[in-house]
Amino acid sequence: MTRTAGRFSIAPWLLLGPFLACFGVFFALPLVQSVGLSMRQTFGPAASEFVGAANYRNVMADPLFWKAVRNTVVFTVGNVIIQLPLALLLAMLLNRPGLRWRGALRAIFFAPVLVGVVFVAMIFGVIFEKRTGLVNQALHSMIGWDLDFPWLQRYVMPAMIIASLWQYLGFNMVYFLGALQNVRKELIEASTLDGAGPWQRFRHVVVPQIRPVASFVVLLSIVGSFQLFELPYVLFNGTAGPDNRGLTIVMYLYQMGFDQGDLGYASAVGWLLAALLIVFALLQRRLAGEAGRGARA
Amino acid sequence: MSGTTRHDRTHWGVYLLLMLGAALTLVPFAWLISGAFKRNEDFFTSTFLPRGEGALGIAWDKLTLDNFRVLLDTSGIVRSMLNSVFLSSVTAILATLVCAAAGFALAKHEFRGRRVVTGIVLAAVIVPPTLLLAPGYQLLFKLNLLDTFSGLIIPAIAPAFGVYLFRQAAASSVPNELLEAARLDGCGELRIFFTVVMPLLRPMAGAFMLITFLGVWNNFINPQIVLQSESKLPLAVAVSQLRGVYYQDYGLQIAGTLASVVPVLALFMLLQREFVSGLTSGAVKE
Repeated sequence: MTRTAGRFSIAPWLLLGPFLACFGVFFALPLVQSVGLSMRQTFGPAASEFVGAANYRNVMADPLFWKAVRNTVVFTVGNVIIQLPLALLLAMLLNRPGLRWRGALRAIFFAPVLVGVVFVAMIFGVIFEKRTGLVNQALHSMIGWDLDFPWLQRYVMPAMIIASLWQYLGFNMVYFLGALQNVRKELIEASTLDGAGPWQRFRHVVVPQIRPVASFVVLLSIVGSFQLFELPYVLFNGTAGPDNRGLTIVMYLYQMGFDQGDLGYASAVGWLLAALLIVFALLQRRLAGEAGRGARA
Repeated sequence: MSGTTRHDRTHWGVYLLLMLGAALTLVPFAWLISGAFKRNEDFFTSTFLPRGEGALGIAWDKLTLDNFRVLLDTSGIVRSMLNSVFLSSVTAILATLVCAAAGFALAKHEFRGRRVVTGIVLAAVIVPPTLLLAPGYQLLFKLNLLDTFSGLIIPAIAPAFGVYLFRQAAASSVPNELLEAARLDGCGELRIFFTVVMPLLRPMAGAFMLITFLGVWNNFINPQIVLQSESKLPLAVAVSQLRGVYYQDYGLQIAGTLASVVPVLALFMLLQREFVSGLTSGAVKE
């Protein structure tokens, strides 16, 4: 370290100053305020009255909130169990020694990450249309799929899982690729000499070494999936879609806070969202931990 | 190659799977590009380009720039593009400077309160951003910052994860001896930051600037909540409104989308390596 400990120095505070000022005013302050706000009913940003825990009770008693939770959880679980194994598979294919066009392929798979979620919604909103949409037409010509399959009328969450798969597969692939490149080659070679097959090598050599990154990717994926809002919002022009099939927790928060002007109620939804996320993150850690013990045994 | 064993040669099945995946990834792009140049009457009659008598079996004469012409005439797309460029670049530059300075201070200065500040930064990374939407809106209202660019930019220039990234980068790529030498030469702390530290942090600064630029360019919910004036809207909000207003004009919607996607796609394909390294650097703990 460059400074004698204990002596006050102005330099670090000067460097931290802009961050602390901005962070304090626009992050810490609203975060603290949201606790009090969540116990008030507001009518737009200016007027409010204290209602105590009523907001939380009302949110929990609203069937729409639970519908939003269910949709969000379906989307999250779908993302984690479909997208992440595919991302790992893709990374393993790209990581094969001697593969040609690796750079170009990686760039192609990564390109959708750059497309903002609003623009993904613009594209998939038309692609998923009945009759005229690309998805139904392509599936119809290949396997005789129903041209009138109602993606955006009934199968909203599957449609969004597919759109999200297109958008984020390359993002998760990059993390797995990074982890795979750090897997120690000697161990792979040693296990091959010991007569381990491809599956055994994957299970007992590769998986333990990529576990930290995999666990990080799962967490990132859960946190990201819980923020789902723009995709259904733009797809359904600012509504939750037919029969609220596109309603997510964040959209519920947005509707209550900004369409109806009750920022207090929206803050309560925000805290419940945070609580749900923590539960999910802990659950994931436990599952990962158990899988880890299973692998070592 | 003489050293290649049978195991090293890649199986054709691997290529087949990768090509299939790549094709599926590219289809929406191809559809987007061809759709933007199609007339509305041709929009759904062909999957990609309209079929006809021209070269490659494509009716080239049925392609049109009308979608872009209408886009330029009827929507404030140029204005929105400028808004997006302004918001994204200003936020990216300021956030990079603010986070680099703070990250450097936390990594390389020893001072009372360092552990507390570091702890707060780490804890802040896990707070879901949507929790701040309602109280943040109320705060901007009180500060009279609603419907202003400042109301969008200032809250976005101090992301905790940026400080975390720069703290890691400074710890590993700024040698203490260099800082001590600069101090012995009588260099002031701010000058040290700009002339000694920033050049060393350049790889992270480049990646972080790109990530922030992309994040702001594609952000929807914040401008949707903060801005009201039509003339201030960035592309993400303006283009999404095409879907509601011109709901039957697919060509126009798709042209607007293409115009919003191409600039960042070009920029990032150019700087891909830096971007990817920045994305993953947070995940590697060693």
